[in-house]
Amino acid sequence: MILYILLILMIIGAIAAVQMKDLLSSIVTVGAVGLALSLAFLVLKAPDLAITQLVVEILCLIILIRATLKKDLPFSTTGRRFFNTLVAVVFVIVFLALGYFSLKDLPVFGHPIMEVGAFYVEQGLIETGATNLVASVILDFRAYDTLGEATILFTAVIGVMAIMRRIGRKKVGEEIKESDEWE
Amino acid sequence: MSGSKRQEKGMTLIVKTITRLTVGLILLYGIYILLHGHVSPGGGFAGGVIIALSFIHIMLAYGKETAFSKLSKAKASLLESLGAILFIAIGILGFTGGYFFFNFFTDKGEAFRLFSAGIIPLCNIAISMKVGAGLFTIFVILVLLKFKTGGKDPRQGS
Amino acid sequence: MYLYFLCLILFIVGIYCILRKRNLIKIIIGIIIAEYAVNLFFALAGYRIDGRAPIYSQDQAIANMVDPLPQALVLTAIVIGLAVTAMMVAIAIRIYEKYGTFDITKIRKLHG
Repeated sequence: MILYILLILMIIGAIAAVQMKDLLSSIVTVGAVGLALSLAFLVLKAPDLAITQLVVEILCLIILIRATLKKDLPFSTTGRRFFNTLVAVVFVIVFLALGYFSLKDLPVFGHPIMEVGAFYVEQGLIETGATNLVASVILDFRAYDTLGEATILFTAVIGVMAIMRRIGRKKVGEEIKESDEWE
Repeated sequence: MSGSKRQEKGMTLIVKTITRLTVGLILLYGIYILLHGHVSPGGGFAGGVIIALSFIHIMLAYGKETAFSKLSKAKASLLESLGAILFIAIGILGFTGGYFFFNFFTDKGEAFRLFSAGIIPLCNIAISMKVGAGLFTIFVILVLLKFKTGGKDPRQGS
Repeated sequence: MYLYFLCLILFIVGIYCILRKRNLIKIIIGIIIAEYAVNLFFALAGYRIDGRAPIYSQDQAIANMVDPLPQALVLTAIVIGLAVTAMMVAIAIRIYEKYGTFDITKIRKLHG
């Protein structure tokens, strides 16, 4: 029951975030949706996900707020608004219909098919010695996933450094201190 | 933002005092989360993000000079590279037992203890170093641009 | 079933935001909302009625745990989502610095 309340809260928050005029208010509303998601993870018996989602949400909020500081702009009224809305609404209706028919074939909520998970639950403590099964899955049974994740994070750091570099954009009369340079 | 004025770096006195009192506790909580990742909820990702958040906390409250005196560019680069090399080295050491990421400790230790579970605590430490240093670097790069061009660009007149 | 459908509606809200809005920050918000919906769907698919968290304890027997595999996949996906968000924000800031706006239609006009 509490899951329904949390999900409806998340949907209301998401609609408010999409439709709000002010960018800063919109970002704060997305933060509220993320905190509700963290609570939903806690109800779904996933404490690892709850902790990680909570701290990642805070950092994501800081990064997004930095993007909108003093840059609040009104919405544009130009362009083909009617055509754009029509395409979006038609796509949404088609997607909802297809999703409804495909979700009928899933197993009933609360009774998952645990073909691989049953092996992890039975053999996890014996084979790895870790009592937290999620840690034993991501760092022992499926460590390749974590290696790929570390690679993606490294690529993201290099990508942000490359996008934000200052080469070729120095204006007339501007000085660059050596301590400011991180490239 | 008040960072544009040269005489007062960072935020007000209230924020600075609260930061001085709490930032050590945040760092300690991150280290606890990361070291106990194999016996309780948490792990390398959450611990690394909390450690990065403690340094970001210093930077938001005190300005960039204080934060760079705690964790400079060279240290952050070293930590990230060290985390990556440690993670790969643990994986390659698994070839002594047969395959990549083999849990090469023969004695897994007693369950529910801190020193147990073979390579999993070592992998947690490596991942938290990598995640923490990487996210701190991303934040610093995104913020430093504001210090240099914020409000001075004539095309940004709002 | 209804929980899955509500999760689909949340995903649809994100997709609508990506398709309809003209602001770069709004598009990033739509991508974040869609990502939340997908993470929640994975966690819902692994839940078991009256299940326990996938962590052993000393007094209780091994019975009736939820599936740990979707949780491990989502744990990786959350951090990847943060990295992708940071990169999108960097590109948006760069575009703002070059064109002075977040509106994608004006960006297209200025480019030609």
